[in-house]
Amino acid sequence: MTQPLLDVRNLSVSYRTKSGPVTAVRDIDLQVNPGETVGLAGESGCGKSTMANAILRLLPPGTRVEGEIFFDGEDVLTMKPGRLRAVRWAEMAVVFQGALHTLNPVQRIGRQIGEAIELHENTSQSETRKRVGALLEQVGLPAGRANDYPHQLSGGQRQRVMIAMALACSPRLLIADEPTTALDVMVQAQVLDLLEELQRDLGLAMIFITHDLSVLTSVCERLAVMYAGRIVEEGPSATVFSRPAHPYTRALIRAFPTIGDTASRMAPSGLAGDPPDPADLPSGCSFHPRCPVMHEECPHLDVELWPAGPDSRAACIEVRPT
Amino acid sequence: MTFRFVSRKVLGSLATLLFVVCFNFFLFRVVESDPVSALFRGRNISQQQRQQLQHDFGLDKSKPEQFVRYLNQTAHLNFGFSFETRQPVTSEISARIGRTITLVGISTLLSTTIGIWLGIIAAWRRNTPTDYVVTSTTMAFYAMPDFWLGLLLLAAFAESFRWFPTGGIVNVGSGATGLSHLVDEAKHLFLPGLTLTLAYLGEYTLIMRSSLLDTMGEDYLTLARAKGLRDATVRRRHAVPNALLPIVTLAAVNFGFVLSGAIAVESIYSWPGLGLATYNAIRAPDLPMLQGLFLLFSAAVIVANLAVDLLYAYLDPRVRTA
Repeated sequence: MTQPLLDVRNLSVSYRTKSGPVTAVRDIDLQVNPGETVGLAGESGCGKSTMANAILRLLPPGTRVEGEIFFDGEDVLTMKPGRLRAVRWAEMAVVFQGALHTLNPVQRIGRQIGEAIELHENTSQSETRKRVGALLEQVGLPAGRANDYPHQLSGGQRQRVMIAMALACSPRLLIADEPTTALDVMVQAQVLDLLEELQRDLGLAMIFITHDLSVLTSVCERLAVMYAGRIVEEGPSATVFSRPAHPYTRALIRAFPTIGDTASRMAPSGLAGDPPDPADLPSGCSFHPRCPVMHEECPHLDVELWPAGPDSRAACIEVRPT
Repeated sequence: MTFRFVSRKVLGSLATLLFVVCFNFFLFRVVESDPVSALFRGRNISQQQRQQLQHDFGLDKSKPEQFVRYLNQTAHLNFGFSFETRQPVTSEISARIGRTITLVGISTLLSTTIGIWLGIIAAWRRNTPTDYVVTSTTMAFYAMPDFWLGLLLLAAFAESFRWFPTGGIVNVGSGATGLSHLVDEAKHLFLPGLTLTLAYLGEYTLIMRSSLLDTMGEDYLTLARAKGLRDATVRRRHAVPNALLPIVTLAAVNFGFVLSGAIAVESIYSWPGLGLATYNAIRAPDLPMLQGLFLLFSAAVIVANLAVDLLYAYLDPRVRTA
């Protein structure tokens, strides 16, 4: 078996707040092999984006990060600043959500894309301009758009610019943090197709973060579902989607109506209650207050990921080995 | 920047100026006063002399006639004669304008650059002792009335230590020329200049600090760091330019107040500029002089505001299309 490109081990992240530290990510393990696409799903506030930022060490100063994040065998968390800057974008790039706020509003997009190329590859100005033009064409935008400002582009175009920017230095790992969330459905599909195509053509490894499970199954080989800062289920996406072992995964899947199935369209079932406050998590399995199949011992049970199928694992009492 | 945008802004400014011209006339007619007796401070003059003077100043005509005459003269840049000195208002003003521009212009330039610099330091090291010292010191000077700060400095450095002269623009009867004249003038300039610089400093520091802090929460700075840029480069290339936008407005508007901004400080230090002239004209009251000064001050503010609009459109591409 090959060494994973990204190997996250026992990662915990706590933010410093006025009322004390708040743990957003707890004890997460995640492996991504070269060229593989891994999906990360969960509700808002479950720690998905914190994961993304932790991997590139972009969290605000004062945030406590524990565990190890090996990229190609090297721990990102102990890298010296210079090495870290060299790894950022050249090896690992991010497509952030909401490109309207992620692009600098007063700089032309060509300059913003070119900035990364010049920084990491020391290219000449004309070489950079050529590369920027080629990148824009690769994501389906005319090269002349390089002279536009972000506000002159539509939401979908801005997201394409973000993708072009992420590809600028041919990274080996791409983290897509809700890349389609702010877009309407048609544009969403276009951007997804583009990401899939690029991932296939360039052999990128990708972490795809979203709250929309149905998006993930079409894009990802493996899937991890997060709840309250932990991974609660993990496995090949087909398995997780068709035979979810964790009640939370089942609820996530049911929350999106199946096209063509009238029953599910008329009554998309959500999940009662709000995601738990990370500063005040329920005891035991943190999902138990919202769980439809709660057992008596769930409020005191220390759940961990137990095998739930041939290649999948879930953190639920129902699959606990006896 | 489109022609339409520029012409709309210019026309708007011209309309404002026209309004000020009209308002200026009525403002000083509402204040009922008898300029001729004010001129002679109650001394007896013959009825004939009085009538002759009223005729000379055009005060024997009806208000509408005076208004038409005023408009006509203003259009030809003729603001009448000072009641006090019997000299044309334009020559009175042009004799003083240079001194005010020297004093207030230098102070505004200094406080803008130093204020921005201090604001950047305070924001980048927020909640550290550096930040507290910078913020509270500039805040204290900002809170002091400028005439009071001026009196304090005057008492300390001119009266007690005798390091600097108490007022005026050169030593009386020095007759020095060349370099020694310049040194003499610089010494006289120092205390009023220091007063104004300190008084204006806090505004720039505080606004730059809060503007930069706002910018530092922006997603595009996270993206810039993710690209692998050094923190200093992120600050210089992405944070500071965007945070400077509100400062541009403030500075340009304040430059409009350069001419009128130092009435109190010029009076304290007997700096013979437009501020002191205004103070004396109010005391007289010297209506033509006041009219001329007020028109000049308003025109300066209007021009500065026009400059802000055009400059802002150049700096922030989003404004151009608005």
